[in-house]
Amino acid sequence: MKPAEFDYLRPASPEEALAALAQAGEEARLLAGGQSLMAMLNMRLVQPALLIDIGALAALDFVRLEKDALVIGAAVTQGALERRASLAEEVPLLALALPFLGHYQTRNRGTVCGSIAHADPSAELPLALVALEGAVMLRSARRRRTLAAADFFAGMLTTARRADEMIEAVRFPRRRLGAGYAFREMALRHGDFALCAVAAIADDAGLRLAIGGVADRPVARDFPLLEADALEDALDDFAWALGAGDDAHASARYRRSLVRKLGREALEEAKCRRG
Amino acid sequence: MPARLKAGKRHRLRLTLNGREVAGEAEPRLLLSDFLRHALGATGTHVGCEHGVCGACTVRLDGLAVRSCLMLAVQAEGRRVDTVESLAGADGALSALQRAFRRHHALQCGFCTPGILMSLSDWLARTPNPSEQAVREMLSGHLCRCTGYAGIVRAALEAAAEIAEDREKAPHDV
Ligand code: FES
Ligand code: FES
Repeated sequence: MKPAEFDYLRPASPEEALAALAQAGEEARLLAGGQSLMAMLNMRLVQPALLIDIGALAALDFVRLEKDALVIGAAVTQGALERRASLAEEVPLLALALPFLGHYQTRNRGTVCGSIAHADPSAELPLALVALEGAVMLRSARRRRTLAAADFFAGMLTTARRADEMIEAVRFPRRRLGAGYAFREMALRHGDFALCAVAAIADDAGLRLAIGGVADRPVARDFPLLEADALEDALDDFAWALGAGDDAHASARYRRSLVRKLGREALEEAKCRRG
Repeated sequence: MPARLKAGKRHRLRLTLNGREVAGEAEPRLLLSDFLRHALGATGTHVGCEHGVCGACTVRLDGLAVRSCLMLAVQAEGRRVDTVESLAGADGALSALQRAFRRHHALQCGFCTPGILMSLSDWLARTPNPSEQAVREMLSGHLCRCTGYAGIVRAALEAAAEIAEDREKAPHDV
């Protein structure tokens, strides 16, 4: 359980990191908090020739409150965001989801953008980003582009990021007036990979539910303001549409029932929190 | 340290370990956990799973509890690292947290203990009057093969109460 050999680069700026990335391409990996990548290196699931450590770059260590979004730089840890006192006001769904993310000890080092880049289908931050219709800000040595969350996640551990790009920041839309938010998750133990995680948003016009841990990426669906049986049917339809599979941790049937149960609970809670 | 470190070559690095300046040599791929144990001889930090699951290797990096098996030694260059060796006083007197562990038999074989102590020494200082549920959630980042969680939770809560009392006595002194 020791990594294979690699060169290690500590760039002095994002520009230097991007130049190195442009040159090395697929041979290189960006390292930020390392809470997914270091485990994969230790198990030799990945064996890059070069690690580019952007975790200590001050230029990427920023959280910026803009008019419509909270913008979080690539070096910001999950723990630092969790300790931001105004987070529950700014992006309530993030404040609700963060405590479920890994453990206290891994949040202290793991970054927000790193979890998005890793794109584990059961991860909480990709789910929250899709639920809120946030965006990923990519940058290469040549240009910048911004992708909507739904266009960024392309499947199991797969994203639309090109080999020469890094995630410079992610944008989480701010709390909408009149909306309520809720988050629920089922895992074998607290902090473990979610068997099913759900994020719900409700306002006076309708409902939005996003599900993680079931399909190969987080998936969201919008509903009108449904009640009782109509809601039950809509949830059942959504649960089947996610194409759950059996694995060592849970059967497809169990996952569908989690979608229905947690989905209903989260939507009810989000409705109560409107205002 | 130069910006690009070559694979397979040892590089000299410095850090502050338990309040003392120390130096050692590490290849880029050397984990912080192995650097602490093998290069610096600080064997109080234990290594279990080496992929971030068990928490045995937890140390404090600039005060925060982190997994030393999910970090490279070279990433600790110039940083402050504290390990379980830092907890007792210079005269060997145990800290309040360590005394609570002893009173409640919160360790059996002791393999998981250094990691749990380092998590708690950070977390309790940031989390005044934690609930039992909060303590259990924080402890979910650690596995104890001896499954002695009941004692660990009791010890953590008692240490938390003691820390709160000290705060009251000397509010500016924490
Ligand atoms: S040895 Fe580091 S978490 Fe298990
Ligand atoms: S006391 Fe033996 S592993 Fe925890």
